[in-house]
Amino acid sequence: MKLTLWTYEGPPHVGAMRVATAMEGLHYVLHAPQGDTYADLLFTMIERQSKRPPVTYTTFQARDLGGDTAELFKNAAREAYERFKPQALLVGASCTAELIQDDPGGLARALGLPIPVVPVELPAYQKKENWGAAETFYQLVRAFAVKAEPGPRARCNILGPTALGFRHRDDVTEIVNLLTHLGIAINVIAPLGATPSDLARLGHAAFNIVLYPETGLQAASWLSRQFGQGMVKTVPIGVGATRDFIAEVSALAGVDPSPVLDDDGARLPWYSRSVDSTYLTGKRVFVFGDGSHAIAAARVASEELGFSVVGLGTYTREFAREVRDAAAHYGIEATITDDYLEVEAKITELQPELVLGSQMERHIAKRLGISCAVISAPMHVEDFPARYSPQMGFEGANVIFDTWVHPLMMGLEEHLLGMFREDPEFHDEAGASHLAENRPLAWDQAAEKELKKIPFFVRGKARRNTERFAADHGLTGITLETLYDAKAHFGR
Amino acid sequence: MTSSTALLEERPVLRERGQREVFCGLTGIIWLHRKIHDAFFLVVGSRTCAHLIQSAAGVMIFAEPRFATAIIDERDLAGLADANDELDAVVTQLLQRRPDVRLLFLVGSCPSEVIKLDLSRAAARLGRRFGPEVRVLNYSGSGIETTFTQGEDACLASMVPVMPATDASGLLVVGALADVVEDQFTRLFAAMGIGPVRFLPPRQARDLPAVGSGTRFLLAQPFLADTARALEERGAARIPAPFPLGVEGTTLWLQAAARAFGIGVSHVRAATDMAQERGRRAVARYRAELAGKRMFFFPDSQLEIPLARFVSRELSMNVIEAGTPYLHRQHLAEELALLPASVALSEGQDVERQLDRCRAARPDLIVCGLGLANPLEAEGLTTKWSIELLFTPVQGYDQAGDLAELFARPLVRRMRLAV
Ligand code: SF4
Ligand code: SF4
Repeated sequence: MKLTLWTYEGPPHVGAMRVATAMEGLHYVLHAPQGDTYADLLFTMIERQSKRPPVTYTTFQARDLGGDTAELFKNAAREAYERFKPQALLVGASCTAELIQDDPGGLARALGLPIPVVPVELPAYQKKENWGAAETFYQLVRAFAVKAEPGPRARCNILGPTALGFRHRDDVTEIVNLLTHLGIAINVIAPLGATPSDLARLGHAAFNIVLYPETGLQAASWLSRQFGQGMVKTVPIGVGATRDFIAEVSALAGVDPSPVLDDDGARLPWYSRSVDSTYLTGKRVFVFGDGSHAIAAARVASEELGFSVVGLGTYTREFAREVRDAAAHYGIEATITDDYLEVEAKITELQPELVLGSQMERHIAKRLGISCAVISAPMHVEDFPARYSPQMGFEGANVIFDTWVHPLMMGLEEHLLGMFREDPEFHDEAGASHLAENRPLAWDQAAEKELKKIPFFVRGKARRNTERFAADHGLTGITLETLYDAKAHFGR
Repeated sequence: MTSSTALLEERPVLRERGQREVFCGLTGIIWLHRKIHDAFFLVVGSRTCAHLIQSAAGVMIFAEPRFATAIIDERDLAGLADANDELDAVVTQLLQRRPDVRLLFLVGSCPSEVIKLDLSRAAARLGRRFGPEVRVLNYSGSGIETTFTQGEDACLASMVPVMPATDASGLLVVGALADVVEDQFTRLFAAMGIGPVRFLPPRQARDLPAVGSGTRFLLAQPFLADTARALEERGAARIPAPFPLGVEGTTLWLQAAARAFGIGVSHVRAATDMAQERGRRAVARYRAELAGKRMFFFPDSQLEIPLARFVSRELSMNVIEAGTPYLHRQHLAEELALLPASVALSEGQDVERQLDRCRAARPDLIVCGLGLANPLEAEGLTTKWSIELLFTPVQGYDQAGDLAELFARPLVRRMRLAV
């Protein structure tokens, strides 16, 4: 038993729903009590999907236990088939149904429906959402993919995008455009937008692009083993990674990457080099998210914006090794945990200037008065913007530049702040309007006056460091002494 | 009451048993933890349970919420760990973190019930260990036992046995209300000369009201069957009344209390005239927009029937169907007597069939859960999410206009938008 305040991932059947909802022509019959229907709102409210997820819940009740639940499941499956006429049925159990052991797969098969039935067993007391998505997609691929002549070298599948994924919709558009410019044909994109019969055609591609390893790697690895298809695992987030990605796919497909590389439309490199960005140099960032997004964000932060990565971590235990390796590269130790409180403690300890994380970290950052940008699931409705905003490819890098730099005070803006320092609304103490006010310790006059002498663009930090120092040393007020003791303690 | 019960017997109710599209009782934690300021709700359940509360709470992550989940894992199931020891350890950890907590609810879930984890024994054991500073109670919010608002019922019912005893006469208002609404009612009862008035749930655990044979209670919410029964077992008597939604509902609710305390109608009128007038004016603003509009309620909070009564009688709307997850015939007798005969009633749910009926009827406004709202909007229908009716203060005279506005706004939005 584990005390949990907030969870980064839902249960594994929510992962299965992300796959089923992304696909067409597939219906998921889930043996589950009524409350589990909450999961629909993730798709209809947070992602603003205009359709209900293709999920039928059996919604068994206590009075059904010990007798009718199996019958209930069979009826639900039969009615779902008749009403929705899907190409295939996915069947499984949520956490409660797992305990009553009705065997949805066996029950559904016994119905003798004229369509394929794919059972997925998702151990709800061990595994979580991303694992559930990967396993479901893998089971579907196993069930439907047929070995075939791979056809031309320059033809690939794109694997991994799901419903409720962080910017999946726009990433797919971006990567499809990029591949098209390279002259690479796309055979199947899955699960997003694919039907079961599309999965049957997966074998017609020469290689698979694993856009989201969390959800697509398991299926892609199986395809490599069974069909001998190639696999691209580089996640094209950031300019450098996108270039690497292009090199890799071009080599596999036997195409010339130079037309795309020569005219890439990437503004990030110049924006980062322009003098205004001097203010970004060495900003201390803390990165946390799913494994792939966290690793990618750390690289962009360090190589493409000149930040210092002071913390890196993930809640995806399946990718702990990769994240540890990446962290070692920055000379830090990875934070591998799905305990929100542990992440909060780490951020509090490190006092970064920017947090790149999920909505969970956004809330931590808000509370601590630190700037933040969202780079990974879990998300809120605001992370599904109306405008085109991929994370991948060159345009994705442009988007990243804007969204990460925005929360930090831009250099130019800092100059303006200096000029208008005395303006009541515009002075440096006002801070960003979205940041919470948090001033527990009393500063005496002399210390306060001294603080004013510190250059305004580091003043906020000096104040925070001093207060933290005072708190750590059990001081109740801050004097001139404290200010300088703290300065000595933290250096800078 | 006999006549209205008889009336109900004649009234056809469509009973459905199919897929339900409603939350489970755990959801109540979201408003209950805001209401009882020093209570903590520990769900003993699965990752699904944790995810449900977090997703339904939506969107607002509070500083540190006073709810959490003790997530059962495979070790607990395989018997490798003693689930009771594990639970004790989690509670110890929790109470160390939150020394401000005075009342801890262990909240049962589907998994804890299926594996037969005895939370009442656990509550007694932990109560001995952490009491008297912290009182430990338990109830079930599981989806196999409770639907949405029934979680509040189960929570309040769990407090009844530990309420202090009294023989003194007094009024108890039962059901979580927003603090501002409580304060308004307190003033009105005082003006009418009814007192003392206490509320369940209290804002602080130590303020748990006393109960006994002199207690008469008014239900402020229609979904409190178990709580009412438990109070009756403690000798309290329920005052039958409609619910305080809308001006009419509020007046009848207050009048019922006055009658029970032997206070004359003129007294009630004197105390409430101004507020009634204000409420009527506020509601009238929306009647023009809403009159004649056709409405459809999906079953969700059990507030559907009182709301259907309000919109029919005070806003002149036509309710096509009022669905409720559970129809408590006795507690709703007064409501049903006021509800126009043209309103079709349904109990339980088969969501696909109900959607078929709803689409065929093409109502102007649909009250439904969060999972259905956007898909229906995408079909060109207009919706109002029912969960907002639990999060927003809607009871009493001064909220009657706000309640009407909740229904008017989606229609206004649809009218304004030209895209
Ligand atoms: S329905 Fe049961 S398993 Fe699902 S969230 Fe509610 S209590 Fe938990
Ligand atoms: S403040 Fe914004 S991001 Fe945070 S919970 Fe509320 S809506 Fe979501």
